[in-house]
Amino acid sequence: MSAREEVLSRIRTALGERRPDVVVPRDYRTADERPAEQLREVLVDRLEDYKASVLHCGPDEVGATVAAALDTGLGAGWDPASVVVAPGVPAGWRPEGATEDDARPAVELAAFAATLTGVAVAIAETGTLVLDGSPLSGRRAVSLLPDCLVCVVEAGQVVGSVPEALPRLDPNAPLTMISGPSATSDIELQRVEGVHGPRTLVVVLVS
Amino acid sequence: MTTAPERPAPTPLAPGAPRSGTTFLGLPTAPRGVGHLRGDRSFPDAARDALRDGQLRANLGHATSTIRAKRAKVVGEVPDWEELRQAGKALKQSTMARLDELLVQLEDQVTARGGTVHWARDADEANAIVTRLVQATGADEVVKVKSMATQEIGLNEALEAAGITAHETDLAELIVQLGDDAPSHILVPAIHKNRAEIREIFLRTMPQFQGPDADRDLPDEPRRLAMAARTHLRERFLRARVAISGANFAVAETGTLAVVESEGNGRMCLTLPQTLITVMGIEKLVPTWRDLEVFLQLLPRSSTGERMNPYTSTWAGVTPGDGPQEFHLVLLDNGRTAVLADEVGREALHCIRCSACLNVCPVYERTGGHSYGSVYPGPIGAVLSPQLTGVEDNASLPYASSLCGACYDACPVAIDIPSILVHLRAEHVEAQERTTPEAVAFRALSKAMSHPRLWRLTQRAAGLGRLLARGKPTLPPVLPPPVSGWTRSRDLPTPPRETFTQAWAREHGR
Repeated sequence: MSAREEVLSRIRTALGERRPDVVVPRDYRTADERPAEQLREVLVDRLEDYKASVLHCGPDEVGATVAAALDTGLGAGWDPASVVVAPGVPAGWRPEGATEDDARPAVELAAFAATLTGVAVAIAETGTLVLDGSPLSGRRAVSLLPDCLVCVVEAGQVVGSVPEALPRLDPNAPLTMISGPSATSDIELQRVEGVHGPRTLVVVLVS
Repeated sequence: MTTAPERPAPTPLAPGAPRSGTTFLGLPTAPRGVGHLRGDRSFPDAARDALRDGQLRANLGHATSTIRAKRAKVVGEVPDWEELRQAGKALKQSTMARLDELLVQLEDQVTARGGTVHWARDADEANAIVTRLVQATGADEVVKVKSMATQEIGLNEALEAAGITAHETDLAELIVQLGDDAPSHILVPAIHKNRAEIREIFLRTMPQFQGPDADRDLPDEPRRLAMAARTHLRERFLRARVAISGANFAVAETGTLAVVESEGNGRMCLTLPQTLITVMGIEKLVPTWRDLEVFLQLLPRSSTGERMNPYTSTWAGVTPGDGPQEFHLVLLDNGRTAVLADEVGREALHCIRCSACLNVCPVYERTGGHSYGSVYPGPIGAVLSPQLTGVEDNASLPYASSLCGACYDACPVAIDIPSILVHLRAEHVEAQERTTPEAVAFRALSKAMSHPRLWRLTQRAAGLGRLLARGKPTLPPVLPPPVSGWTRSRDLPTPPRETFTQAWAREHGR
């Protein structure tokens, strides 16, 4: 008998003939009714609590605010060519002279100082940005290797809670849920920011 | 200084001893001689040594009280926590009830998306599969994401025997690996080490601090220690061709796998290498994509005490142009079906490895994880390890608890750990071939308690103990064996001048 057949047959033996018919009670909250403005405030509070920086702007000011975000992350005088952008990022958001990600080997992305991407959805209650591998979010390595990550969140992308975010996402896409900069609690259970992922996370929140 | 314990050696096999036990339905438990589910000493023996280690107790007390406070704060923020717990519990129950069907569904989905699914009856088979897969790539090293399943089966040792170096990349796993130590906690395997001890391990073992010109300036601040780990691993991530991970969840409906982490080492391993091999216990399934909405709320708040952990990665099979282009999923039994066969004990398979029960356990906080002898320590380990191995191989673990119930309250999927502990104690007692002095004593007590006259006589006889006490509230430990075994760690109270029934009779008449 193959291992597959044997494991499946063991499960059938273990469970026997009478299997319980379990009803899953979903009495938990599945929607956050708070107004959009309030959800944005919660998102900002949670992002900042986990040491991300947040910059606010109107729809026409994204480009300038991204530049300010890069000032925050890299210090003034950064080289635009050292910023890699996900291929689907609108032209108006990009710093002039930034490098668009192409099919280069992923490890070469480590040479860039910063990354600019959009997001698929943002979750207010947990301070989470979800990137979904689309052209706007970029492939996974692009938001991983450069040390500074700038993400633009648009107004309609903010939801209240985890149960509202999942239906907006494709389970077959490579998803990355990001809540603050890379961190660890492995030394005396004390949280410190900055291990292998980007040590700086700057969020541009468009209203 | 904490003395590093020997890594629990695989239990030596007596000639002719069976490699593995079976349950009453004939389902095999995890084999002996491979992996890390059995200690070489009983829990009380190992705990006695651990309790003498003042540094260990200080480190554990500090770390567990920090995490308890963080967890309490973020769980308190969630008004529907209890509803989420009940949903989590029911989801796991419904998964177990359809486990065969759901595993086949997962296999179909992963295969349809370009992955390859392998089935492993036990640790030996899983180790052989992974070794063969790594060898097929030609690589002689792998990077690893922290994974309890691969710790359980002793995968690193199996790879090493085949000439393949496994680099642990989680900070705590790295500390354990560099210190030639054994993990002592599910979430933070190096919880028993403090910052000064970690600094010493890094300075002694990391290549960047060796040699005459090395800059050995490393303060014991957690942030600087984390930076040292980043430097140490960066180049290894960039050159790695094969990664090995575990999985926190697998969605049967969509073939999606999920890894929940903090540092970004998981993302490095799941994204950069050409080949990804994921080893997953068969109980890690959830039926549908929607079900993650429950577990992604329960797990981070229960484990690191965060609203959400910094990084959660999900993937289904292979995505062209993004991440590993070869994906293998190894589904591991290794005693899990034997656990599933026990209608009371199977709830232990609902565990999502958050470690909240360790952090609230008064026994774990004092003895630490090494005393349990298994990679699964603490309350959940005390019910899971003996079931995976068969209770005879971890007979002392069901007793490693005061049954205070804090673990049940903290568990995000409401596993009734105290009831399983009691169930396993009963199973262990029933399995004894020879009568123990304890059994004789309790049989006698049972007889005395079922006859009123005999019981009154017994109580009167116990009153003689007052002579021994000489007015003190407890009896001196002068009783002969086997009673001395009982009183060595317990105080026997001095019997009262009169019993409750005597007092009642005196005041109210018969």
